Parts: sequence; structure tokens; C-alpha cells
Amino acid sequence: MVYLTRKCEFSASHYYHNPEFTEEENRRVFGKCANLNGHGHNYTLEVTVKGEVDPRTGFVVDLKDLKEILNREVLDAMDHRHLNKELPEFARQIPTTENLAIAIWKRLQGKLKIAKLHRVRVYELPDLFVDFYGEA
Amino acid sequence: MKAHLTRRYVFSASHRLHSDELSEAENREVYGKCNNPYGHGHNYALEVTVSGQVDATTGMVCDLVQLDEAVRHEVLDRFDHVNLNDREEFRSAVPTTENLSEAIFHILKQNFKAAHLEKVRLEETAMNSFEYAGGAEPRA
Repeated sequence: MVYLTRKCEFSASHYYHNPEFTEEENRRVFGKCANLNGHGHNYTLEVTVKGEVDPRTGFVVDLKDLKEILNREVLDAMDHRHLNKELPEFARQIPTTENLAIAIWKRLQGKLKIAKLHRVRVYELPDLFVDFYGEA
Repeated sequence: MKAHLTRRYVFSASHRLHSDELSEAENREVYGKCNNPYGHGHNYALEVTVSGQVDATTGMVCDLVQLDEAVRHEVLDRFDHVNLNDREEFRSAVPTTENLSEAIFHILKQNFKAAHLEKVRLEETAMNSFEYAGGAEPRA
């Protein structure tokens, strides 16, 4: 089994706000992330796929395919967008880095022809990232 | 759904690698310039990985402020700008980055209960790093 990781970047804005919380609770739980006018990040996404190396091509995955899927499913939807206002996943869910990693996994799942999705890693900042392995 | 969250911290400390169980010549041979008598220092980068179910109301695995406070109080206040050889953790263990990784894992395991501690990863320099997951295989 060989693991292959592809990296890309996107920039988006978001805020953290749960309508079931009072304003004070939102402020306490989410701190300055609760500001309703939002703020932004440069996200770095690392997608790791795994599989056996195809003896005919020497590939685990066709990188062109993977790049196209990432562009179509993730970057076109999220780059230079407001995650709360423009992504259906976050109409009711808070766009934390945890939920963002899960949303990206769901967008990618089943789209690859050969390799299997192993891990989605989303960096919100160079010192903060979330890994999702598709676990319930 | 279960997610893993990793936070990165930096601290600076000095150490000297020297084992009382080895002769002077053996220490020199095993540890090389790390055995120089007055020690030397590093800027360490620590990555702490915790895991848990993503809370449906907050969207979070754990409160980042709590994690930062625990790491600051239990790890950074203990090891930043100190000589590691002076610390009680290294009274009978050589302060290699292997031993430091294990020590930090056990300190955090004891003191941070808000999420499951998966592993610590410690960079001694940009060229070498160590991972400890409490005896488990660190996950790819």
C-alpha cells in the first residue's frame, strides 16, 4: 500500500455562531470568531489517498484526475467564498475546521476511480490543523 | 463523527546528552558533540494531537483555549527557557528528544482530559522529529 498526498490552498471567510445560544454564550464559546461580520483564513488542504501501485503505470492515482476532482469539488466551491453563506453544508452547521474537514471528505468520497481516500487534513493556520479519516 | 485536531507550539531549551552509566569515552562516542560539557540548545516545535467526536452544538473536538492553557501551564511553563538536565523528569533519564516526547505525552495525558490525547510530535530541529503515541503506532 502506498499513500499519496496532494496539497492545495484556498481562502475563505467564516464566523462561528450557534443560533441556539444566547449572544453571551456565543461570545463565551467562540470568542472573537463569533463576530457576525466574519473573518478569513488562507486554508491549506492536504488530501491523502492510498492504494496499490498499478504495475502498468507506476501510479497509485492519476494526479490529473485527483487535481480535477479537488478543483471541481472543493476549490471552485470554497475558494474566495463565505463558508457560512455560500456552502450548503454550513447553512445549519458551524464551519469550524473540524466540520470543514468532514465536509471536504464527503465531497471527495466516492469520486476517485482507483485509489481510496485515506485522510483529509485542513490547516486553518500553520499551527492548527484537523485530520479526518472518515470515522463515525 | 470523530476528528483529530493538532496544535503546534514552540519552546526553547538547553540540554546535554550524557549517561552516568557510560564512561567518558563511551559518552563521547554515543552522543558526539551533544555530549559537550556545557550543553547546547534548541528551538523545539511541539505538535499535540487530540481526538474526539465533533460536538454538534459547537462544531469542535475540544475547546482550543483549554488545550492552549493546559499545554502552556503543563509543558511550556515547565520546559521553555530552562536547562532540561535540571528538570526532575531528567534526573535519571537522558534528555534526548525521544525521552522528552514521552515525558510530554505522559504529562499531558495526566492533565488534559477534555479530549483523547492521540500523540505528541516533537521537532528538535527542522531536520529531525520524534513522535510518541503512548506506545501505539502513530497514525499516518
